Amino acid sequence: MTAAPQTNAVQTIAAQTTTTISGWGGYPTQEAQVITPLSLSAYKASLQHHPSVIARGMGRSYGDSANAATVLQTAYCDHFIAFDAATGVLTVEAGVTLRDILKITVTHGWFLPVTPGTSFVTVGGAIASDVHGKNHHVAGTFGQRVLSINMLLGTGEVVTTSPTQLPDLFQATCGGMGLTGVILTATIQLIPIKSAYITQKTIKAGSIEEACEAFEANSSSAYSVAWIDCLSTGKHLGRSVLMLGEHSDNGGLGLKIKDPISIPIHTPAALLNSMTMRAFNGAYWAKASNNKTQTVPLLPYFYPLDAIGGWNKLYGKAGFVQYQCVLPKADGVANMRKILTQIAQSGAGSFLAVLKQFGPANQNLLSFPIEGYTLALDFKMSPYVIDLLLRLDDMVADMSGRVYLTKDALMREVSFKTTYPKWQEFEAVRQKYGAIGKFASAQSKRLGLA
Amino acid sequence: MTKILVIGATSAIAEHCARIWAARGDALYLVARNEERLKTIAADLKVRGAEETHSHCMDLNDMDDHAAMLDAAEAAMGGVDTVLIAHGTLSNQKACEQSVEETLAEINTNALSTISLLTHIANRFEAKQAGTIAVISSVAGDRGRASNYVYGSAKAMVTAFTSGLRQRLHKSNVAVVTIKLGFVDTPMTASFKKGLLWAKPAVVAAKIVRAIDARKDEVYVPAFWWAVMAVISNIPNFIFKIGIIR
Repeated sequence: MTAAPQTNAVQTIAAQTTTTISGWGGYPTQEAQVITPLSLSAYKASLQHHPSVIARGMGRSYGDSANAATVLQTAYCDHFIAFDAATGVLTVEAGVTLRDILKITVTHGWFLPVTPGTSFVTVGGAIASDVHGKNHHVAGTFGQRVLSINMLLGTGEVVTTSPTQLPDLFQATCGGMGLTGVILTATIQLIPIKSAYITQKTIKAGSIEEACEAFEANSSSAYSVAWIDCLSTGKHLGRSVLMLGEHSDNGGLGLKIKDPISIPIHTPAALLNSMTMRAFNGAYWAKASNNKTQTVPLLPYFYPLDAIGGWNKLYGKAGFVQYQCVLPKADGVANMRKILTQIAQSGAGSFLAVLKQFGPANQNLLSFPIEGYTLALDFKMSPYVIDLLLRLDDMVADMSGRVYLTKDALMREVSFKTTYPKWQEFEAVRQKYGAIGKFASAQSKRLGLA
Repeated sequence: MTKILVIGATSAIAEHCARIWAARGDALYLVARNEERLKTIAADLKVRGAEETHSHCMDLNDMDDHAAMLDAAEAAMGGVDTVLIAHGTLSNQKACEQSVEETLAEINTNALSTISLLTHIANRFEAKQAGTIAVISSVAGDRGRASNYVYGSAKAMVTAFTSGLRQRLHKSNVAVVTIKLGFVDTPMTASFKKGLLWAKPAVVAAKIVRAIDARKDEVYVPAFWWAVMAVISNIPNFIFKIGIIR
């Protein structure tokens, strides 16, 4: 039924296979040797045997940031190390997912301080992407809640880094896309909650201007995010449904967690066309009611798409790219209108588009958020979309904005180096800690990092 | 709270079973060879909710130490209710064909050490008239194939031994659960090309725990392997030997 397995020296400390990998968008793909160390001490040996690697968690970054000829997958290093239910301090191996954490901590009254829109990401990935969530305007990024990180450097040395210990390494590692070393373990500070429910308020905004005003008016809300219709034009351009949230005090700490229903095969890409998307967006807008308050469980509030495993396959075999940009607050609304106009004219935007207000930027060298407005949406992959996104990159750069590296699959070197002005400082830190020549991804090569 | 002895606790399948038991608040006594991984797993299971975890580092091929290990488990947890035997190696068939030593070593690890453990455990559980013994066997034991008959024959011995043991212990209120696993995506099988027949360890573990809870006799995990093996077992030798299915 199958061939006999190969045995070799590395296999006793790490599982090894060769397969085609990609990010969550399914574009681009790469043939890769996937090495999965069985224990933390095995990473060092795995590193020694290969000239250049990148760490890879759940493969949930969208583009090619975890693609390389050799990847170190963290799947088998998914252990909890310690959890103090009195203080909410949690130490885990980098391969532990946010979903794993919630399963354990919520019943004790602790929640993630910052969480992205999916719980299927590892802690290592959340740090490398310095992810943000619906509370960025008040809480900042995931990296800002990390107390310390243990990491393996390109030199083979294991070091502890924190905001006060090797702070230059810490600021390069949070948001550093895995290019400074391999994150082995991390200690994070969770936040206390009284309930596994969120009190959600819905506000309808008829245009991009109204949406941004609503964000401003609700800037003290713990969580805020908006679904935005990227297909409507004219005076309805940017019509949005804002969803504000506060942790509830009622309902208890029982977490309802279900395995996702799965989409096992790629659906014909033609199912998602401008007509079906327009119909979906119209229906979504019509269904939402203004000023409605309701109580919803944590998981569907934070992770609506986690209920559908493999939703990325809905875009067909060619895959998709997700585009997320941020525009500075000054002229932010007018500039967002220009970007939305460009997207609406293309008719290529998808049914899942999200608008959010960001708070101030942090110190991390390649962290994405800057104070202003961020827009994220999917595009079904096509040559036309590549042209459109490169055009958008130029517009975003002219507006002093930037594109999120975790979503990026296409950005050119010049756009990256213009919009991430601390890239040289980042390279200097990599040089100092022996990362250059040891850690690289398809993305880092495309962006012109050493 | 159930007191569970997990033998081969660093195997991906055993580890995922233990995670389910930990979440239930059971007590766990973990036995494996690699000390670093054993300690990591013990700490992890404690955070995941286990009432208590104990780790015991040993090479299960040292059969003279089996009785002492069982004594230690009983002493640490104040008795043992359930045992899961999950240790083993995936034999290198080609190497075995060229070496009697290697062949016997594989039989030793995958069959004889299990039979030694079962003999001790059976007598202890029979004496107290209670307990559940679960053993990981394999569909490979249902019919020897050219690609892995050394591993398969060891598992065939385990399956036959547990079948007899189940009959013997039935009247003593001791359940013997034989789990015939199909293909599972674990470190042990990392180099195999994966197809539709492959299952994830977490999924397999949930089914194993359910079979243990229900004190089943013999289960295929996942269940469709019953049908696959019914076909393979009934192919006449004059066809089977030409090797369409290896």
